[in-house]
Amino acid sequence: MNKFKICLFLLFFFSHFSIYAYSSNPKEFVLELVSDAISKLSDKSLSKEQKIEYVENIALENVDIKALSLYTLGELRKTLTEKEILSYQSSFEKYFLKSLTSRLTDYSSSKFEIVGSEQKSSNYTIISSKITPEDESPEIKVDWRIYTKNPEKPLIRDLIVEGLSLARTQKEEFSSILSSNNNDIEILTKKLNEFVSN
Amino acid sequence: MTMKKITGAIIVLFVVSFTTNTVNATEECFENVSRSIFKFNMAFDDIILEPIAKGYNKLPSPIKTGTSNFTSNIATLLSIPNSVLQGNFSELGNSTASVLINSTFGVLGFFNPAEKIGFKPHKEDVGQTLGTYGFGPGCYFVMPILGPTTLRDSLGMVADTFVDPFAHVTIRENELFGLSGNDLDYFSVKGTSAVDFRADNITSFSSLEKNSIDLYSSFKSIYLQDRENKIANSDTSQDDWGNLEN
Repeated sequence: MNKFKICLFLLFFFSHFSIYAYSSNPKEFVLELVSDAISKLSDKSLSKEQKIEYVENIALENVDIKALSLYTLGELRKTLTEKEILSYQSSFEKYFLKSLTSRLTDYSSSKFEIVGSEQKSSNYTIISSKITPEDESPEIKVDWRIYTKNPEKPLIRDLIVEGLSLARTQKEEFSSILSSNNNDIEILTKKLNEFVSN
Repeated sequence: MTMKKITGAIIVLFVVSFTTNTVNATEECFENVSRSIFKFNMAFDDIILEPIAKGYNKLPSPIKTGTSNFTSNIATLLSIPNSVLQGNFSELGNSTASVLINSTFGVLGFFNPAEKIGFKPHKEDVGQTLGTYGFGPGCYFVMPILGPTTLRDSLGMVADTFVDPFAHVTIRENELFGLSGNDLDYFSVKGTSAVDFRADNITSFSSLEKNSIDLYSSFKSIYLQDRENKIANSDTSQDDWGNLEN
C-alpha cells in the first residue's frame, strides 16, 4: 500500500514538474513554454485560480525576476544596501506576479509562431515571434530576450512587443517615481506593496 | 508671405536644434502642467473616446477594416514628401505605390491590395524627418486631447500641415489634381483615425491602466520608445542590459 502511495506521489510530482521543465535551446524553450501556456490558459476545465497558480509557477521558474528587479532600478541599484535590495526584490516579485496574472483575463485564443532567432552574445539570444489573434486583430510581433549565461537553464529577461520593451517601460516608470521622491527606494517599495495589497 | 513663413520655419529649426541637443528626451518641459493635462486627457478618454472605441469595435469586421484601411491610406500621403526629405527613395517608392494602388484598385483606400503584393510603407512625418537629420527630441510634454509629444515632434506636427498633401487640399483649401476639401474632412479623418487606434488597443490600454503604478510615466516611456523606433525604421528595442548578473 505504501509503495502504491509513493508511486502515486511520484507520478503526481513528475507530471507537475514536467510542466515547468523546458528545452535548454532558447528557440525550443520559448516555443515549448508558450505552447504549454496557450494550452493551459485555453483549457476550460481549469479554474481561474488553477490558471493563476500555473502562470505564477512558470514565471518563477522561467523568468529572471531577480535580474529584472535590479534592471528596473537602473544605476540606483549600485548605491543601495543589500538589505534595501532584498526588501525591494521581495516586493517586486509579488508585484510582478500580480501584474502578470491579472493579464490572464485578457487572454484570447491566438496562434503563436517563432519567426527567427539571433544570438547577441554568449549571454543573450533574441527570439522573434509572431502572435496572430483568431479574432482578426492585427498580428503582434514579440521578441523575447533570453538570458543564456547558464546554457542549461535559459531565462526570460524581457519581452519586446512591437518594438516596445516591457522591462524598459517598467524601469522608466520606476525611475520617475524614484526621481520625484529623492531616490528613496522605500517609497517605491511601499508603492509596490500597495499595488499588491489592492 | 511665403518667404516670411520659410524664414520663420528656419528660425524655429535653429532654436530647436540649439535647445534639443542640450535637453535629454526624458526631461520634462513642465511636468506638473503635463500631469494635469494627462489627467484631463484620461478623463476625456473615459467619457468620450473609450466608449466610442468600444462601439466602433462592435461594428462588423469588414467595416472596421475598411475604415482602418481608408484612414491609413490617407495618412500614407504624408510619408511621400517626408521620404523625399529623408532621401529614402525605397520608402518613397513603397508609399507612392501603396497610395496609388489602394486609391484605385483598393476603391479609395477601403481595401489594401498594395500590402498583399508587398508594399507595406512605414508612416513618416516631419518629426521623424527631423530625427533622421539628427535633431534630438527636446523636452517632453503632454498636449490636451493630442497626447504625448516632444518639442521636436510638436513642431513637426505643425510642419506636417504644410507638407501633407491631404492637409493641403483640406485645411489649406488648395486644389490638387482637381480634388479639394475642407476643415471638416481633415478633422473627421484624423478623429476617425484616433478612434480606430484606440479601438485596436483597447485591451492593451486597460491592461496598462490596471498594472501601472505611475501611468503617466508608462505612457511617456512607450511614446518615446515608439518614436525612437519610428525614426530608426526599426522594431527592435535598444540594449541597455549590459552584463547584469542575477
